[in-house]
Formats: sequence, C-alpha cells, structure tokens
Amino acid sequence: MKSAVVVFPGSNRESDMARALTQATGCPPSMLWHADHELPAGTDLVVLPGGFSYGDYLRCGAIAGRAAIMDAVRAHAARGGLVLGVCNGFQILCESGLLPGVLMRNANLRFVCRMQHLRVERNDTAFTRQYAKGQTIEVCIAHGEGNYEADDATIERLEGEGLVAFRYCDSAGKVGGEANPNGSRNDIAGIYSDGRNVLGLMPHPENLIDALVGGTDGRGLFESLASAA
Amino acid sequence: MKARVVVTLKSGVLDPQGKAIEGALKSLGVEGVASVRQGKVFDVELAGADASAAKAQLQAACEKLLANTVIENYQIDL
Repeated sequence: MKSAVVVFPGSNRESDMARALTQATGCPPSMLWHADHELPAGTDLVVLPGGFSYGDYLRCGAIAGRAAIMDAVRAHAARGGLVLGVCNGFQILCESGLLPGVLMRNANLRFVCRMQHLRVERNDTAFTRQYAKGQTIEVCIAHGEGNYEADDATIERLEGEGLVAFRYCDSAGKVGGEANPNGSRNDIAGIYSDGRNVLGLMPHPENLIDALVGGTDGRGLFESLASAA
Repeated sequence: MKARVVVTLKSGVLDPQGKAIEGALKSLGVEGVASVRQGKVFDVELAGADASAAKAQLQAACEKLLANTVIENYQIDL
C-alpha cells in the first residue's frame, strides 16, 4: 500500500494522518503539496487531511477543491484509485465534484468537538473490511460545517445504492436524534463515490489509533486500507 | 468595468446563519421581520469594456468557483 497525503495551506491534521497510515501500512506516506501536478508513481491511496484549507475562505474546501493537485486526484479516482477525505478533506471532495452534496454550517451554529459514535453501514469496501457490518465505533469529531446536505434525488440515490458509509449514532448504536451532532441529512457522517473507491467522512478515525489517547476504533479503517492493496 | 455578483442560497436550503440573524433582529426589537436569508456579494473589476464578454467571464467565474450550484444561485449585475 503506497499512500500519499496532500497538504494545502491551512491543513493541520496531516501529521496525525501520516502517523495512522504509517502504523497500519508499515511505511510513511508521501507528503504532497497542493501546487504539485502529479502523484508519485504507483500511488494506491490519496488522502486529503483535515484542517482549514485557505482559512475556509469563500466556502469550506472551495479553493482547495480547485488546487492544481486536484486534477491528478480526480484522474486517480477515475482510474479506480482509492481516495480518502477526512473533515476538511470531505468538504474538499464535495467541492471538487468527487463526491455529491455539500457540507453546510452545523444546524445549531456551534463548532462541535467531542467523541462520537458511528455505525458502519457496510464492510465490503476497501475502507471498512476490518469492521463488522452494523458495528458501532467511537471516534472523535471537530467541525463547524459538517451538516451534510444534498437534493432529494441525490439522497435517494445514496441510500438506494448503498453509498452511505457511516451514520451518527449513540453508544448503543441507535442512529440519529440527539446523536446527530450537526443536523446532517439522514444522520450521514460519511459517503462513498459510485465506485466506492472514494470515501469522505467528517469524523477523525486517524485520531483514534492509540489506546493511550482515547481508543483504537479508528484503526480498522487504516488496517482495511493496508490490506486493500 | 465594474460588476457585482450576488450569491444566494437556493430556496429550500436550510440557512442556520440567516435564522440566527433573524432571531437576533427580533430580540433587538426590530419589528416586521418575517425571515432573513444570508448571501454573499462580490464586487469585481474587469479589464475589458465589452459587456457581453464580461458577462460570459463572470458566468464562468460563478460556475467554477464563486457559487456552489448545488445549494446556491448567482446573479450578475454589470
């Protein structure tokens, strides 16, 4: 598994992401700059990390979504290559057209930073093989714009084609209600592209890889990826 | 040539910021406010003087960057 992490001006979770990838795959990812035009030869997985690219100017992820490197990321995804976007990375994937919909301001207008349970919707993808279908995992969230919105036709398609990756739930696995931290449609925390080779999610699995700091429920995602290629 | 681009949320898209402003206006005692929707204004200076070319350039700017047409509409005033 050869991975690469794209760093934009204002990214701040790239080191956490690199640590998680190194732990799972045994080798550190290449760190790419937003102005690069190519991915390193043989890249299997491209990761867009969290942060505040371009200070969230205009709209979250809007300017990063049009950065030079994104043409290479789009081409990689079109070839079936794996792409992971976490938090601001998810916002960038939506703004770049790699995933449908948009992340709006949290419905309660508050930045939320807390531990959060998620339900794993399916475990037959490159990102979730090490989890069980329907498993509840505990990771963390830290965002002000994580309220996933799309038009009704898009939501219907995501649901109908099994493209919802994770939903917000409580510790017992009950989806929605108070467990939804941001007003996201259908309690959506993460979605796949049509080919399920692109995943965007608001929560931070890369921060839950060490028992010393909160838990290890995020490891499954990286171990799944490590065994995928 | 000067132009103004106004980007607004499509109707039906939840606007929590507009709702918060609406609530603040009501708490300030500003009467008769039925609802508030927040948008963005871009004042753009263009090098050329041809209005139809300018309109086409701004349309491209809106489609490519200034508006997210999933949730936003835009209006160009020259």
